[in-house]
Amino acid sequence: MKRLPPVREYHSPVWSEPIITEMGRKGERGILIPKAEKEIRASARKGKSYIPEKMRRKQAPQLPEIGQPQILRHFLHLSQMCLGMETNIDAEGTATMKYSPKIDEALARSSKMTEIHPCQDEDTVQGILEITYKLDLFLREISGMDQFTFQPPGGAMATFANACILRTHHAARGEGPQRDEVITTIFSHPCNAATAATAGFRVITLMPDPTGYPDFEALKAALSPRTAGLMITNPEDTGIYNPRIREFTRAVHEAGGLCFYDQANANGILGITRAREAGFDACHFNLHKTFSSPHGSFGPGCAAYGVRKELANYLPRPVVTYDGKKYHLDDDRPESIGKLREFHGNIPAVLRAYSWIMSMGAEGLLEVARTSVINNNYLTKMLEEVPGTVRYYAPGEYRLEQTRWSWEKLTKDTGVGTLDIQRRMVDYGLQSFFMSHHPWIVPEPFTPEFCESYSVDDMDYWAAVLKQISDEAYSNPELVKSSPHRAPIHLVKYEGLDDPSKWAMTWRAFLKKRGEFSSDHEPKRDSVSER
Amino acid sequence: MKKKLGLVVNPIAGMGGRVALKGSDGKETIRKAIELGSTPVSPKRTAEALKRLMRIKGDIELITYPYDMGEEEAKESGFNPTVIGSITKGETTSSDTCRAAKELAVLNTDLLLFAGGDGTARDIYEAVGNTIPVLGIPAGVKIHSAAYAINPLMAGELTVMYLRGSNTSVHEVEVMDIDEEVLREEDRVSAKLYGYLKIPCDRKMTQSPKEASCRGEQEVAMMQAIAERVVDAMEEDWLYIIGPGTTTRAIMERLGLQKTLLGVDVVERKKIVANDVNEAQLIRIMDGKKAKVIVTPIGGQGYIFGRGNQQISPEIIRRVGPENILVIATPSKIYSLMLKPLLVDTGDEEVDQRLRGYRKVVTGYREETVCKVL
Repeated sequence: MKRLPPVREYHSPVWSEPIITEMGRKGERGILIPKAEKEIRASARKGKSYIPEKMRRKQAPQLPEIGQPQILRHFLHLSQMCLGMETNIDAEGTATMKYSPKIDEALARSSKMTEIHPCQDEDTVQGILEITYKLDLFLREISGMDQFTFQPPGGAMATFANACILRTHHAARGEGPQRDEVITTIFSHPCNAATAATAGFRVITLMPDPTGYPDFEALKAALSPRTAGLMITNPEDTGIYNPRIREFTRAVHEAGGLCFYDQANANGILGITRAREAGFDACHFNLHKTFSSPHGSFGPGCAAYGVRKELANYLPRPVVTYDGKKYHLDDDRPESIGKLREFHGNIPAVLRAYSWIMSMGAEGLLEVARTSVINNNYLTKMLEEVPGTVRYYAPGEYRLEQTRWSWEKLTKDTGVGTLDIQRRMVDYGLQSFFMSHHPWIVPEPFTPEFCESYSVDDMDYWAAVLKQISDEAYSNPELVKSSPHRAPIHLVKYEGLDDPSKWAMTWRAFLKKRGEFSSDHEPKRDSVSER
Repeated sequence: MKKKLGLVVNPIAGMGGRVALKGSDGKETIRKAIELGSTPVSPKRTAEALKRLMRIKGDIELITYPYDMGEEEAKESGFNPTVIGSITKGETTSSDTCRAAKELAVLNTDLLLFAGGDGTARDIYEAVGNTIPVLGIPAGVKIHSAAYAINPLMAGELTVMYLRGSNTSVHEVEVMDIDEEVLREEDRVSAKLYGYLKIPCDRKMTQSPKEASCRGEQEVAMMQAIAERVVDAMEEDWLYIIGPGTTTRAIMERLGLQKTLLGVDVVERKKIVANDVNEAQLIRIMDGKKAKVIVTPIGGQGYIFGRGNQQISPEIIRRVGPENILVIATPSKIYSLMLKPLLVDTGDEEVDQRLRGYRKVVTGYREETVCKVL
């Protein structure tokens, strides 16, 4: 193996920070607002009387009461205890954690963006409508589709939009009740199956052949007059590209179904292949993955969903149109599936993606795909030599931008599994890797994706950490199993995670489940602090 | 309070393997194995598993049988076990295994760890059924039973997880064995399903299924969803021939009917026609009637016909017709096959051929998975 760099002895700050609801005290305030002058008080009604009676709450919400410096300190502590996108090498597979250029952030935070409102008159927002329309044009070029919407705030909402369009399309042709099956593959993102089911379809799942490639014969066996469509990812979760994709889409069309391409992560094929040429009728891109708009807590997300012109009338409304002089928000679309959510989508993400594409150019986009594929295959060479790893399926074949690996061998040899390794990575200043989407067919999985933002040094460091942990597993497994040792929180207990009586999504639910909640009183702080 | 861990070792398990005797059942085989220079396998493998438990040694009370049925292995690994029962060293048989398991179960052990092969799993099943959680340390020649961890090390790890309380789900898995006599004399595999044992649920560490988060409750919910689908689709004038298994049992539970777990039952108009039928009875019941067969593959192996459901013979399948065979399986059972096909081995090549190809397996209420049948 290549000489790897030394691993860092990272150590996280440990602030033992309480939960915000446990902080502060009654009456504490961030801002003390002075009382209005007598004249004003006399002429205005009481503040809450402006809220319609029915919407008024009977009791004040039990919000934390705390001063400004204390709250600032609290959240900075929390951020210090996290390995964020910009403090470490975050190579989470399938998520395309790429660098979000600061200039785009500055644009998105400019008052020209933040101070506009979706209800403004079209004439006053021509600029952002133009950007939205032009991003639509770019994505048409990239995908071969004929029109896009930016309404879905995430990939799963785009696949749901697709399922709704499948339903509407077949209903319009008088085949609605008959075509009730959606076909997907087990290594497509599970939201395809989930959203098809949500839209009322039966879901038929194809298993790959024994080599891990999608099984064309299985597809043929699944097709019937009940087929509404195919909803798949390619390359799949495993990083394997289905080379027979044209045959897949042709067979589905011959059976009367439509084909949807989940391109949430299109990083490995940008500028190389297009949904149209592969035979798809619709596709979506996550602007917060492939097109650099930030991800996770930085968000917000935005999925661009596009279709061929035959389906364009079904797109959620409104869409942005251009008459040669002016941009419009076209809301008069009687065949539309309706609205997926309020207004027009997360437009700051649209702006960032537009700016990013403009800065890259067509050649730049192609370079993105090439670099990310080369990166993945560079990393593969190194990981193959880390004791205990197995690259699952398709031996000897290249993957595109990511690879599904397994610690199966390491686990059999040492008892150390992928969850243990995930936790140990934090001790070396790396965010835990992505393991796998559901279901875990590949045992002890992990899926790195080093997109074009990462350097050779970054990959070398990442491989060095995995090599280090593998060596530890063979020499001192307990060290890995009892990790992390240098993280802000030691070992998280998993056992309560699927026990509804133990977990809580809100503070109020937490108190209720502990029998400490009372609607007229404050939380009993003494008992809470013992937690 | 200390957790109670029971331990039963079948000291002769695995002795036939090294000398290619396809199993260690029967005194004659053991004599032959020793003659051929075989030495015990299971003590060493048991010790390997117990070594992983050292880190929770202070939290458990290890209770076991004398000498090489557990006491020696435990002491060698650094434990100070509570020893119960009595045996004649060097001459233990399956009845000792059964007795030990029964006595340990009576002591309310939290988990019963046993070392052996398919025969041992059968003995454990006979002794305790699915009343207490058990887990096998693989030490035998043949391991068809899913009650075993993938290796001794994993048996140890899974035991630690279970006793520490970080994974307390259990699920039922098949106890399978092949007939060693038939294998040695006719060189033919004849596998049989004997029952179900309850083991801690962490599929990646047990012999067959490899899904990471197998939760016993989730598996039950999936079975109920499948049962709902099957029952909703039942038609008035059809007979339903329901094969063995826990997945098919859920259908009968949904109908409020008695299921023969290891046998074939027949249902018509949501009422029992007959329980635990054989081939001849089936043929008689089916006379002049339309029938559908509902079967589920064996976990980790994928047999849908020819293992554990031989009552549904080639003749029955011919009469019903392959199009009236419904295969049901929970998704985790499909994943446990690790992309291997479903298998048929009815003993009739022509019937097998008609069953081969691709088939939509019902995996949920409105979910199907396309599986290859070989």
